[in-house]
Amino acid sequence: MLSRRTRRSMLAAGVALTTLIPLAACSGGSSGGPASGAAGKDPAKFTVLTANENPTLAKELDALAAGACKSENDALPIEHQTLAQADTVQKITLLASQGALPTHFIAGTAMVRPDGDLGKAGLVLDYKKALTDLGAWDQILPAAASTIQSVYGHEVSLPYQYNVEGIWYNKQIFTKLGLTPPQTFDELLTDAKKIKDAGYTPFAMDGKDAWPITRLIGMYIFRSVGPDAMKAVQDGAAKLTDAAYVQAADQVQKLAEAGYFGKGFISEDAATANNDFLTGKAAMKYDGSWLLANINDPSQTTIGADNVGLMPFPAVDGGKGSIDQWAANAGAAMAMNPKTYGPKVGAWLKCIVTNYGAQALKDQGVVSGFKVNGTVDNVPPATKMVQEKVADISQTVLWFEALMDGKSTALAQSNVSLLATGQMTAQDYMSQLQTSIDANK
Amino acid sequence: MKRVFGDRKTIIILLAPTLIIYVLVKLVPVAWSFGLSFFEGNTLRGFTFVGGANFAKFFTDPAAIQSLWVSIIFAVLATVGQIVLGYLLALLYVFVLRKGSAFVRTAVFFPMVLPTVAVALLFRSLVSVGDNQGPVNDVINFFGGHSVEFLASTTGTMIIALVMTYWSSMGFYAILMYTGLLDIPDEIIESARLDGANGWRLVRHIVIPLSLPILISSIIFSFNATLKVFDSLLALNNGGPGTSTAPLTLYMFRTAFEYAEYGYGSTIALVLTLLCLVFTLAIFRSSRRRAED
Repeated sequence: MLSRRTRRSMLAAGVALTTLIPLAACSGGSSGGPASGAAGKDPAKFTVLTANENPTLAKELDALAAGACKSENDALPIEHQTLAQADTVQKITLLASQGALPTHFIAGTAMVRPDGDLGKAGLVLDYKKALTDLGAWDQILPAAASTIQSVYGHEVSLPYQYNVEGIWYNKQIFTKLGLTPPQTFDELLTDAKKIKDAGYTPFAMDGKDAWPITRLIGMYIFRSVGPDAMKAVQDGAAKLTDAAYVQAADQVQKLAEAGYFGKGFISEDAATANNDFLTGKAAMKYDGSWLLANINDPSQTTIGADNVGLMPFPAVDGGKGSIDQWAANAGAAMAMNPKTYGPKVGAWLKCIVTNYGAQALKDQGVVSGFKVNGTVDNVPPATKMVQEKVADISQTVLWFEALMDGKSTALAQSNVSLLATGQMTAQDYMSQLQTSIDANK
Repeated sequence: MKRVFGDRKTIIILLAPTLIIYVLVKLVPVAWSFGLSFFEGNTLRGFTFVGGANFAKFFTDPAAIQSLWVSIIFAVLATVGQIVLGYLLALLYVFVLRKGSAFVRTAVFFPMVLPTVAVALLFRSLVSVGDNQGPVNDVINFFGGHSVEFLASTTGTMIIALVMTYWSSMGFYAILMYTGLLDIPDEIIESARLDGANGWRLVRHIVIPLSLPILISSIIFSFNATLKVFDSLLALNNGGPGTSTAPLTLYMFRTAFEYAEYGYGSTIALVLTLLCLVFTLAIFRSSRRRAED
C-alpha cells in the first residue's frame, strides 16, 4: 500500500507533468517566412486597430469610408477597434498567436522588423509588392518610403503621418531679444542663456515622457558623428561608450543643469510643455510636426500661429553631420495582415493610399507620407511652412532609439531622467545602454 | 443534519463545483506559470525549453536584483510604518477617544476606499514643482526654502510613496487592530491598573501580549500586500527616476508584457511568490518562538 506521502508526491509530479506537456507541444516556434503578397482571403469586415492616443486616424478613415472610398466600404464595411498604445506589443502578440489579428493594425516597431516576432512569422504584408501589383506604389512619397525602410527594414507600415522634427521657436521672443535661429550648437547655448536671463524658459520640456530628452542626445550624435552614427552602434562598428557619443549625453546633461529646461521639467507632461510654448512662457520646444494640430488651434496658441517658426537642430562645430539633415519618422507602424488580404482589402488599400493624403491635409492640416491628389485650399500657414520645409529635405536621420530593441529603448528613456538630474553620469548612462544593446542582440 | 454531512458522497457533491472552479482558475494558472518559468519565448514566437536558465539569468540580472531590493525595502519600511501608526491609532481609539472614536475612525479609514491610482495622482500634484506647483512646495517657499523636486530623486520618490501608503492604509490596520484590542477583557486592564501598571507599562506588558495574534496577522497582511506593490509606484513616478523605484512586480509586468518574454516573466513571478512565502513563514516562526518564551 502506498503511504500518504508517496501518494502526495505522485500527485504533485502528475500536476507538473500535465503542465509541462502542453507547453512542450507549443515549443519549437512557428514556421517563419517572408511577408507575402495577395494570397489571403477577404474577411467579413475591414477591421482596423488603432491607438486611443491617435483618434485622427480612425476619424479620417471614417471620412474616407463615407466619401472617396464609399464603394470599397459598401463591399467591405470598415470596423474600428482601439487599444492603449502602451498595450500594443501585449495585445498584438496575443491576437497573432490566436490567429485573430485584425486586417489593418498598429504594431510595435521591433515586432514588424524582419527579425521581429511578426516579421519572422510572415504576419505583415509587404506593401511595396502589394501596391506595385495594384499600380499604386507611386502614391507613397519616396522620402516616407525611405524612412519606413530604414526604421522597419522593409515596407510594412503605411505613412499616415510623415513627421519632421526640429526646434519650434517663438519668433516674437527671438525678435525681441535680437536673436536669429542658431546655426551651431554653441550659438544655441549662447541664445539659451540670453533667453533665460530675459526671464523666459529656453526650452519647454516634456520630461515625463522622456523621449524629448533622448531625442536631443540623438540629434547631437547625428550632428557630431554623422547621419549613420546609430546604425554603426547597431552594427557593432561603434559603441555608445565612445567619446563622441558620451559627449552628446554630457551636453544634454549640461543643458538641464543650466536650468534651460525650466523648473520641474522631469515631471512635466506633454500638455503642460505644449502650453508653456504656445502661450509664450518658453521660447523653444523640440517636437515633431504633429505639433501642428496644436499650433493650428487658436484656443491653444495664444501667441498666434504665425509667430511660430521651425528650425532644424543646429550643427556641431567640427561634426560630420549637417544642419540640413532633418529628423523624420512616419508615425507608429500600421501593418496589414497577409492572411486577410484579399481583393476587397486590396481595393481598400489602394483607395487609402490614393486619397488619405488630401483628406488628412484638408480636415486636420496633417502632413502625411502619401501623395496629395487634387488641390487642397485653405491650408493653415504653419502647415504650409512645414510642407515647404519637407519639400526641401534631401536627407533625413532617424531618432536616438529608432534601431534599438524594446528593452534598450525603455532603458534609454527611463534612465534619461537620472542623467538630466545629475544622478547618473553621461558615461554610466551610455555604458548601461550599450550593455543592454549587446545583451539583446 | 449530522447524517447528511457524515456522508462522503454528499460532501463530494457539495464541494466539487467550488473545488473544480478553484482548481481551474487558481491552481492551474499557478502551475502553468510555474511550468513556463522553464521555457523561453511567447505565444507567437513559440516556447523553447531552457531548463534552469531563467533562474540563473535572474540572479545575474542587475535590473532584477535592483527591483528585488526595491520590493524588500519598500515592504519593510511600509509594513513598519503601517503597523506602528495603525497600532498607535488603535490605542488612541480604545484608550483615549473610547466611545467617541467613530468619527475619527471613519475619517482615518476613508483614504482606504480611494483607488490607489487616484491617490498616487493626488500625491503627484501635491509635491509638483514648476508652473503648477503643489502646496507642499508652497509651504516650503513660505518658510523661505527653495522648491524641492521630490520625484526627481530616488529617495524623494520613495519617501512620497511611503507617506502615501501610510496615509491611505493606516486607517485599515487601525481598524483591524482596534477589533483585536476590543477583545481584551476590561477586567484584566482594570486589575493591571490596580496593580499599578499605567501608560507604557500597561501597553508593554498587558495590551501587546494580549493582542499579539491580531498584530501578527496584521504584519503578515501588510507585508504580503506591500511586497506586491505595483499600481502606486507605477502611477506615482512610473518606477522612476530611471528604474530606481521599480519593484519586482513592475519588472515582471514589463518583462512579460512589454518585452514579450513570458518565460522569464514567470520566473520573476515565482521568485516573488517564494519571497512572500519565506517572509510569512519567518514571521510565523518568530511569533511562535515569542509565544513560547
